[in-house]
Amino acid sequence: MNDQFEPRLIGFLCRWCSYNGADLAGTSRLKYPPNMVPIKTNCSGRIDPTHVLKAFQEGADGVLIAGCHPGDCHYINGNYRTAARFPLLQKLLEQMGLDHDRVRLEWVSAAEGEKFQQVVTEFTEQIRALGPLGWNKQFHDEAADAETGAVEHEAVPA
Amino acid sequence: MPDEKIAVYFCHCGSNIAGKVDVDKVTAWAAEQPNVVVAREYKYMCSDPGQDLIKDDIEKLGVDRVVVAACSPTMHEPTFRKAASDAGLNPYLLQMANVREHCSWVTEDKDEATEKAKRILNAQIHRLPFNEALDPIEVPVNPAVMVVGGGIAGIEAALKLSATGKKVYLVEKQPSIGGHMAMFDKTFPTLDCAACILTPKMSAAGKDPNIELLAYSEVEEIDGYVGNFKVKVRRKARYVNTDTCTGCGACQDACVVRKVPSEFDQGLGKRSAIYIPFPQAVPLRATIDPVNCLTLKGKKCKQPCTTACGPQAIDFDQQDEVLDLEVGAIVMATGFELWDPTPETRYSYGQLDNVITSLEFERISNASGPTGGHIVCKNGEPPKSVAILHCVGSRDENFQEHCSRVCCMYSLKFSHLIKEHLPETDVYECYIDMRAYGKGYEEFYKRLMEEGVHFIRGRAAEVSSVALTPEEEGRLIVKVEDTLLGIVRRVPADMVILSSGLAPAKDAKSVAQTFGFGCSANGFYLERHPKLEPVSTVTDGIFIAGCCQFPKDIPDTVAQAGAAAAGALALVDNATVKVEPTISYIDPEKCCGCHICVGLCPHAAIQCNEEKGVAEVIEAACKGCGVCVAACGSNVPQQRGYLDQQIFAEIEGAMAV
Repeated sequence: MNDQFEPRLIGFLCRWCSYNGADLAGTSRLKYPPNMVPIKTNCSGRIDPTHVLKAFQEGADGVLIAGCHPGDCHYINGNYRTAARFPLLQKLLEQMGLDHDRVRLEWVSAAEGEKFQQVVTEFTEQIRALGPLGWNKQFHDEAADAETGAVEHEAVPA
Repeated sequence: MPDEKIAVYFCHCGSNIAGKVDVDKVTAWAAEQPNVVVAREYKYMCSDPGQDLIKDDIEKLGVDRVVVAACSPTMHEPTFRKAASDAGLNPYLLQMANVREHCSWVTEDKDEATEKAKRILNAQIHRLPFNEALDPIEVPVNPAVMVVGGGIAGIEAALKLSATGKKVYLVEKQPSIGGHMAMFDKTFPTLDCAACILTPKMSAAGKDPNIELLAYSEVEEIDGYVGNFKVKVRRKARYVNTDTCTGCGACQDACVVRKVPSEFDQGLGKRSAIYIPFPQAVPLRATIDPVNCLTLKGKKCKQPCTTACGPQAIDFDQQDEVLDLEVGAIVMATGFELWDPTPETRYSYGQLDNVITSLEFERISNASGPTGGHIVCKNGEPPKSVAILHCVGSRDENFQEHCSRVCCMYSLKFSHLIKEHLPETDVYECYIDMRAYGKGYEEFYKRLMEEGVHFIRGRAAEVSSVALTPEEEGRLIVKVEDTLLGIVRRVPADMVILSSGLAPAKDAKSVAQTFGFGCSANGFYLERHPKLEPVSTVTDGIFIAGCCQFPKDIPDTVAQAGAAAAGALALVDNATVKVEPTISYIDPEKCCGCHICVGLCPHAAIQCNEEKGVAEVIEAACKGCGVCVAACGSNVPQQRGYLDQQIFAEIEGAMAV
């Protein structure tokens, strides 16, 4: 093993398009980095900002949200909600001191195994370049400090 | 959490998973995880002995949560959930961890694949304690079926369904059913007359009491779900009363607008503004084309059609009609379009006379076509030499990558027809590979070789009128490299037939969107699984057949139509169908009644209860997207099967390894 940073990623995939696109990448034996664990929801519109924050809190360095192409949503327009919410999510993360490139929104159809491969590969490299986030350590340290009463409420480091 | 008893089963899938993932290592690790009471590995979990492992542990060890680490849930989740259910466990207490498509098949390194498999598995182990027992929602099924598209695929599906006594709506956008097959002259390799084998089926579909034929109609909107689709169909105004019109054709003979290019004849023949597309049309009824009819354009016309029409069937005031239909299943058979060779400028289609498409040749060679079946050039003379160019717009990275499957064979058929009509005419087939894959096809190819057709192995480079010798003067020159001889040849021809590939219908993408499924990269409708569910789509209750799925010949189309009809029948022959219970619910105690979710629901499945001041989910209308769950500021709506706690637990599990 070399000692390059291996980012830990979560990918929320909608069941109808992107999850099947990921399946197609598999069936086609397309290779991509192993850093991302997929989590399935029915629609990308189900993804709540708290899911993304939870992923970062648990130690994720980047979060991918992937859904059907505009117009292709199995639920008519669920992915438009996703698209509308995403810039807000990025803004929220920026306000919390995160680089907004740590989240990425992509449209991957059930026929786009190659695109899925490409997206995960690129995203892994993108987050590798950004480096570790370490929110899990920060949270756990703060929790430990809180228990010992040593926490000082100062500005959150950028 | 109370003490759940989780069982973990790790499938080798032969070497598909075990070839990359250290199954023993992951299984041993899984056995140590909280709540896991047993972890087993097995060569093929989907086999009966594999399923029996699950059943035995549920019955003997009292396992109450199961995770199967294997292939995609799309593949075998129903299999394992059924096994759990058979052993008395609620099927929604079983989760699958996709360690094949999402792990072993996509990861190069064995150690990395093993670590990723642990993370994927752990996500499900963490999720399971939060899973609840759910019961599928059982809904009634409307026994009627809609077939969209009235080509050979749609006709065949409609007839098969009707034979079982089901009500069928057959929707066709053209004035007549019949599709492309009705335009063909002969069919390969048997040389059956296309009309002779198709028109009896068209006629049967038109007369069938169970089939309601909606020609000149298009689907506008679709709503509902499996077993209960609500479809709006626009029946376009024909400006002719179809109840009284007898199809005698007197109106089209009387019409003063006589030079409209006939769609059915590929523009080679002419029709009137009021017309019957072809003599065997079903329904045999006249239609006025509003773009060309003088009266409908607001111009002066003595309306000789009205005078000619005995039953007084012409009605210039007729309006489109929108029908609201309810069906339990839908078969999509919307067909293909011939690839338009205009962009392939090297072949001079549309630039030089007598460079024609295959469909144009079908009409020229057809006895009911614009030339009465005489194979002639534009000047009325029979060609002395014909070149047939294969793979136009097919197997070409500039246009369409796919092989259109039928062109080799229909090209051979053309050669035969030319040789039959004009034995002295030289016929050249310029091909890349000869794909004669079907029953009797190779034999047909061999027969054509014996009929004296010249086969040149090579893709034609260009078609021009540039003559280099006096013999080439005034003729079409096909330049082609004969790759078997290693020379460039110049083939003089009087007619060049471009064997155009099959392309998806121009509106395929938007039609697929309307019906809630997708298209493949090549633009044809995407099937649910290429091998196991080739006639299903991701939308339960919607099936596909024929060339809308991918180019195919008539035998395959008819076979697929039968399969799609069987799929639809297997659904609508039941009184009820079970649908996923993963829908939203709103706790009225917590809802503050802001109603933000109401406007966001894509299916209008949330209504305001003004009396109680809360939002309520209409269970029958909710399809389970979860948009309302993510939208609520107070986190009140929750989605069964995708609860926040379940998603959080998955994240924790995935990140804990």
